[in-house]
Amino acid sequence: MRRIVLAIVSTIAGLILLFGYRTSTMGATVVDQGSTTASSSGQTQAPQSTTSGSGGGAGAGDGTFTGDTVATRWGPVQVRITVSAGRITAATAVTYPDGNGRDQQINAVALPVLAQEVLTSQSARIDHVSGATVTSEGYIASLQSALDQANL
Amino acid sequence: MTTVTMPRRAWVEQVMGLPVSIHLRGAAVRDPGVAHAVAASFAELRMIDALFSTYRTDSEVSRVNTGQLALADAHPMLREIAELCELARDRTDGGFDARLPSPRGGTWWDPSGVVKGWATERAARSLAAVSTLAGHDVSVNAGGDIAVSSGRRDSTGWRIGVEDPDRPGRLLLVVPLRQGGVATSGTAARGLHIHDPRTGRPAQALRAATVVGPSLLWADVYATAAMVRGTGAQAWLEGLPAYDGVLVTAEGRVTATSGLAGLAPGQPEVLAADR
Repeated sequence: MRRIVLAIVSTIAGLILLFGYRTSTMGATVVDQGSTTASSSGQTQAPQSTTSGSGGGAGAGDGTFTGDTVATRWGPVQVRITVSAGRITAATAVTYPDGNGRDQQINAVALPVLAQEVLTSQSARIDHVSGATVTSEGYIASLQSALDQANL
Repeated sequence: MTTVTMPRRAWVEQVMGLPVSIHLRGAAVRDPGVAHAVAASFAELRMIDALFSTYRTDSEVSRVNTGQLALADAHPMLREIAELCELARDRTDGGFDARLPSPRGGTWWDPSGVVKGWATERAARSLAAVSTLAGHDVSVNAGGDIAVSSGRRDSTGWRIGVEDPDRPGRLLLVVPLRQGGVATSGTAARGLHIHDPRTGRPAQALRAATVVGPSLLWADVYATAAMVRGTGAQAWLEGLPAYDGVLVTAEGRVTATSGLAGLAPGQPEVLAADR
């Protein structure tokens, strides 16, 4: 179990890294919208976390961990991570603001880069990444709650 | 793969306009007192931001700039930072300068370039000094500028990847660090936002400069100064005792100072070409 914890936490820096990337140079990338079922009720912060997986009670385990829905000034944001064999194999925003072109542009880039970042940082066994300035607090708050559910 | 199974824990909060994460490694990371110490660190960072933010009209820095507050009457932290800003200007031959030309004439004081590294380093140091955390590894990451310490004798320290500015998600190299800081200055995330304080012109010769050394504050200052210095930056960094750097030129050429030579491009530690 501790090995799992180690692997997950070591990706945090990489996970949150991507949200600050400029988007203007990237084209329209396909975004996995996932199941955008959560909280259509709008801006209210609804901490309706869902956890599904085979984790044995208190321990961190394989499965998916969906973070809280966090209200931001642009709309609700919610992040989901998938953990398999002690590693984060996928990380997606299942809910995000898409009310205007700028939001879509950001999301179109943020989500694929997120997945790539996870894989790169895990393969490299790194604890931190230097070089990015990140800005989006809503994603971070939701991601943190997903990590908390993974018992970190 | 390492066999170390040391417990770890991480916290993330948005402070100073950045995501700031605190990472601890060691036996007591789940001790309730540790969570309180982490909360206190975030609280202090917020207090520092309230003093120094140039975006808040009610911050002490803003009030010093508008003449409502004399530096002599300001919080002692402002005077400490003012001295560090002067030292930074001297050590970088003016490549770093907190005094900027104001749009309305005169000068404007923006110490942000010193405050961020100083505050992050201070948070890491105060956590390392918490008695429960004796013998623990501590790191604080403020938007990609990272301060670390390693209190465990058997620790290999923290492994810090330096991002390839041209390929987000890829790394130029990985720096193992037990004590000190790593800071990156560059144009990838924010465009040409670094200007030579002596000429006012944007720094364009380098795309990114990462500096590693015993202090995050100085690594950050030197990274900014390296960007300003441009083509002469590598020779200048070589002359700084205890600090090393990785530079990416506007043309995409990557160079590293001698202290990082073992980790430089072409070596096995380099991960950019792994995948």
